[in-house]
Order: sequence, then C-alpha cells, then structure tokens
Amino acid sequence: MSDITTNAVTNTALNQPLSARNHKKASARLQTPTSPRHGVSAFFAYAVLILVFICFIVPMLWLFLAAFDKNASFQTKIPKQWTLGNFSTILNTQTTFRPMWNSAILAFVATFIVITFAVLAAYPLSRYQSRFNKPFLYTVLFGTCLPMTCLMVPVYSLFVTFHLIDSIIGTILFLAASSLPMAIWMTKNYMDSVPMSLEEAAWVDGASMMQTLGKIVVPLMKPGLAAVSIFVLMGTWGNFFVPYMILISPSKQPASVSIYSFFGQNGLIAYGQLAAFSLLYSAPVVLLYALSNHVLGTYSLAGGIKG
Amino acid sequence: MREFSKRYWPTIPGIILMAAFMLGPVIWAFYGSLTNVSLTGPRAQNPDFIGLKNYSHLFTDPAFPKSIWLTIVFVLLSAVVAQNLLGLLLAVLLERSNKIIGRAVSTTVVAAWVMPELVSAFACYAFFSKAGTMNQILGVFGLHEIEWLFAFPMASVILANIWRGTAYSMMNYQAAIGEVDHSLTEAAVVDGANSWQVFAHITVPVIKQTIVTNMMLITLQTMSAFTLIFVMTAGGPGTKSMTLPVFAYKVAFKYGDIGYGCAIAVVMLVIGAIFGVIYIRSMKNEKGLSNE
Repeated sequence: MSDITTNAVTNTALNQPLSARNHKKASARLQTPTSPRHGVSAFFAYAVLILVFICFIVPMLWLFLAAFDKNASFQTKIPKQWTLGNFSTILNTQTTFRPMWNSAILAFVATFIVITFAVLAAYPLSRYQSRFNKPFLYTVLFGTCLPMTCLMVPVYSLFVTFHLIDSIIGTILFLAASSLPMAIWMTKNYMDSVPMSLEEAAWVDGASMMQTLGKIVVPLMKPGLAAVSIFVLMGTWGNFFVPYMILISPSKQPASVSIYSFFGQNGLIAYGQLAAFSLLYSAPVVLLYALSNHVLGTYSLAGGIKG
Repeated sequence: MREFSKRYWPTIPGIILMAAFMLGPVIWAFYGSLTNVSLTGPRAQNPDFIGLKNYSHLFTDPAFPKSIWLTIVFVLLSAVVAQNLLGLLLAVLLERSNKIIGRAVSTTVVAAWVMPELVSAFACYAFFSKAGTMNQILGVFGLHEIEWLFAFPMASVILANIWRGTAYSMMNYQAAIGEVDHSLTEAAVVDGANSWQVFAHITVPVIKQTIVTNMMLITLQTMSAFTLIFVMTAGGPGTKSMTLPVFAYKVAFKYGDIGYGCAIAVVMLVIGAIFGVIYIRSMKNEKGLSNE
C-alpha cells in the first residue's frame, strides 16, 4: 500500500511533461478496417469489456448498498429499508471527526514537507551540470524501489530507541521521507520541461537562486506540482501500516487505523456502519483523484513510463 | 567547491530527511538482525549482540522457505501474469472501444485502485467471506457455500490483488499505446495485417520498454503488499497465506522477536535491492537521469 500505491504511481507520471502527454489527443485517428466496431471480433471485445466491468464493480457495490442498508450483512443486496442511520451513528467526534482530522494533519503536513524539500532538491539537479547529479538521482530512484513494508519492523525498533513511538511528528517525518524519493524524481522531471531562458533573464537582473526558484520556476510548474502533491496526499491519506505501528493513543490515530480497530471490534456486527465509514474515508482521495484527472488530464498521475 | 556548495545546498534538507528516516531504518535493520532485541521486557531496551544467530535460525525455519514460495506465487500470479496481461488487454480494447463503454470500464477499474488500500481490503473481505457476495453468486448457480478465506486463502488474496492493482498496469499501457505512431499501424493494415498481427508485430515491440518497466514496478509493489493480506487473512489460516511482509510482522509483533523480524526485513531489502538495480539498469538510457 499502501505504500504500494505509493511506490506505485512511480515512474508513471514522470518522464513526460504534461504538454507532451496532452497533445496526442488532438491527432485524429484513422478508422482502420480492423478496428473492432463490427462483426465477431467486436462482439468478443465488448463481451470481454463487459465481463471485466461486472467483475470489477461487483465487489464495490457492497460498500454502497450496505452503507445505506438498515439490516446490512456481507451480502450484496438492494436494501429493504434504506437509511442514513449508519452515517448518523458514526458521525461523532470519537469515531469519525477526530480520526479524519488526524488523517488530514498527517497527509497535509507530510505533503507540505515533501513538496518543499522536493522543489529545493530538484532545482540544482535540473539546472546545473555536475558529477553529483547522476549518483544522486540513481540513489533517489533506488529509494523509490525499496519495498516500504520491509522497513516496518526496523522502523518500529528505531522509533522505540529514539522515543518516537506514539509521536505524530515522527509519523509525519517517516511518511514524508518515504514519499520523498518519488517526489524528487517527479519534480525534477517536471522542472526539466520549464525553459531556462526566463531564469537567465532574471539572473542578469541580479535575482538570487531562491528568488528565481520562487518567483519564476515554481509558478511555471504549478500543474506538475499539483500532480506531485496529489500523489503524495493520496499515498499518505491511504497509508495504514505506518500509523498502525507507530501511533498507539486512539486520540492520535488517523482514520485508516481507527476504521481498522472499528472493524476488529464491531466489524462482525455493524456491517452497515463499516461500509459507511469506508465511504466517508475514501471520499476525499477519490474526489481529489477525479478532480486532478479533470484539471490535469487523464495521465497526470499514471501513464508515462515510456521507452 | 565553494561554487558547488553554493549551488547544491538546497538538496541538503531532503538528504537529511532521507538519511534519517530511510537510510536509518535500513541500517537499523542490519543492526537489529544481529541482536536479540524483543518487543517487550528488558531486552527491548538492552538487547544482546548475538551475531548471525537470527540468520541461522531463519535458514532452518520451515516457515521461511514456505513464506518465500507464497510470496513468489503471489507476485507471479497476481501481478506479473494477471495484472500485467489483463492491463495490457484492457488498454488495447479500450483504445478502440465505444466511448461510453470504455469510460465505464476504465472508471470502475481505476476506482478499485484509487480507494484507500484498507477500504479495498474490507470490500474484498466482505466479498469472499462466508456470508459474502462470492457465495451468493455461487448460490445462484446452485453451488455450495465455501469459506473462501479459510479454504482458499491464497486464491482469495490473489484475486483481490488483481482487482485492486490492474488499473496501474492498464494506465501505464494506455499511455504507452497512445503514443504508438499511428502511421506504423496504418501501414501494417494497408499491407493486410489483421488486428492480432498489428498487436504482436507493431504494438508490442514498440512498447517493449514499458512492458519491462511495468513488470519490474508491479513486482516490487506486490512483493511488499501487506494491508490487503493482513486484513483479509492475516496470513492464515495457520501460515497458508503468509507472505514475507506478513511473516516479518507476525514474528516481530505477535511473537515479540524484533531481532528475528529485522533479519526477515534484511532478506526482503536484499531482494528489493536486486530488483531495484535491475530496474535502474533498464532505465539507464532513458531521459530523466541526465540533463543533456
């Protein structure tokens, strides 16, 4: 997860500047004779697509139906008695609001740190030639490959030694550090597509490196930074095992952990509430993803590990 | 040198953060694996150095080869075979399909991937549980109820991971196929190639690099999948679905042997590092690593 997804979106967005990805939509497609719009091959193509659609939507339906069902079970069924009771039961400070607030704190602070550090680190890597660049970027790329779940046990042990267990700051810093390699890599690639000529003009006028970065480069790469932020936000919001191990006090736990303990304690009775809680917890990232797709184009977060 | 530090100081905050919270745990894993540090009790704070005992224990523990085997099965079947092929198939079909159907299919597939991992794990748990949808569907065909999570734990988590992760491969392949030069496919069609021939002789060779990269990335991700398996089966029943990350978790947090858990973490790190190096080598000639 987690971190999977996290590690996931990996090289995806990366190598391609946004503009290059969007222009292909414009080229008109020739309707080749083999395009399966008619005949037997078209029939099979649509049969496969519809089968996939059914297989993928069925496991999700339960979440939507059970959340509004007064007598929900693990079965997928149209509720006999529709209700909002599952939501109103869990909409209280202890079950929903505080964990969601904690999730938001973890995700936003970690994302802020990651973006700041990634922009800073990407600038010299993108703008200067040095023998330092290649080894640094290889190390960063290597960091994106490390399976984060294998660090669970050593991180726990390290945090015990340094008294960081149950520390929100410790959790944020670890989440930030584990997303940073990917973020530096993505940011550097977006920054490469910002032309240098404007900065050169600014340098001639005596602007410092930080002024140029803040006033010229960052404003020009806003879509790229938005994509990186969304990528990091989704990863940290959805992360379960890091806060699960590190944060012990229920008052500090984010939604992912509190929903898991809710599942452990009530999951076998309160199916409807579990589904309702799952929907509420998923909503922010799903909306964010949909929004980013709309604003930044379909492949802003994935699609672009090209050869 | 002064010039260098003047230019490169902005990399320092990132380097410090990664050194402390990524390199730190990696080094700690090696260190911890050489001690008998435990979860609770006196040895939690003052562990003894025990050399390579954890490793000799690991290599004689029958759970270890089994866990490696389950990890390989999980990665091969769910990611390398199923996600990869299904993702490619969907990308090809979606390229030419009717817009509305295409959008419905891709939105659904992507939705399973966008929702937080824990929620997709709950959905799969509900789907495969005894009173769940899977048995409901079988019931329609007059088949008996099966306790999937107990009788076929590996099959359940593999299917769940295919459901969860196919979107990633699909999107990678959609992007790659979208960039295949249409004049190539059109020329082939004019020469009388059928769809399969166009796919096998034009599309696949052109997107070869994407296929390699995608397989490396999903292998690394799937190898470290934890939440999905943890929620659905917790590695059980017994050790029947205990892949390496769940094994490390159980050893460390259920049996309290952090040192032994660190040794498993080191093994996973080494495997991850090997794949990482192969991946980086395959990327070597790609842009992004140099400014030229």
